[in-house]
Amino acid sequence: MQRREFLKLLTGAIAAIMLPINALAAVWNKAAFEANKLADAEKGLAVDSETSSKEIEIIAPDRAENGAIVQIEITSRIPNTESISVLVEHNPTVLIGNFVFSNGALPYLVTRIKMAETSDIKIIVKAGDSYFTASKNVVVLENGCG
Amino acid sequence: MEANMKMRAKLTGYITEVKVIISHPMDTGRKKDDFGQLIPVHFIQLVTATLNDKPVLEMQWGTGISKNPYLTFRIKGAKVNDKIAVNWVDNLGKTGSGDILVMAS
Repeated sequence: MQRREFLKLLTGAIAAIMLPINALAAVWNKAAFEANKLADAEKGLAVDSETSSKEIEIIAPDRAENGAIVQIEITSRIPNTESISVLVEHNPTVLIGNFVFSNGALPYLVTRIKMAETSDIKIIVKAGDSYFTASKNVVVLENGCG
Repeated sequence: MEANMKMRAKLTGYITEVKVIISHPMDTGRKKDDFGQLIPVHFIQLVTATLNDKPVLEMQWGTGISKNPYLTFRIKGAKVNDKIAVNWVDNLGKTGSGDILVMAS
């Protein structure tokens, strides 16, 4: 078998394996997750224009002793929220995660994130073709991105 | 699949709150071990949560999610004994899954 054909087969096989877990979500957004600048991460997420919104609530500590575990709670009250993206501006890689809601899931999440240093946590909510944002600053006393 | 996940799903009123903890190192690839060797990057990339096999929450994660990832999410419309499942795959192609039935609170 030619190497090229083998690679094609292999790609197909991998795609087939990935399908059940990945039927609706796009494949892992490499460009956005490997970005080390906020603007590049947002470009990777295809955020063209954004509006600051008070309808996004971020509950996070003002000061975090240990940046390895910072608990955040996000609620979007923006109608038709489709997804919530979590970014930490001063982390070595900015994008933390992207959460897409469907079939009755409420636009709400709690998770724990790493923060390398004092930084804004930026939340981007996608609703239809629009993007809304909110930020919260967290003072980090001990680097959590080793 | 080994026990790599703890889950709980409680229905209160119309809202089911699901809590999940996954055992996973979530290594960034920037940390060194006790011998000064870099620990290779190893982290969960894709996670899907389903309600009775229908997706409710689809996630892409980077290395910035803390070790042993923790997640709470909420679903409207689930009933007692409905099945909630979570599946993940990491950057090395390893997978994990867990499921639980919705309980009344």
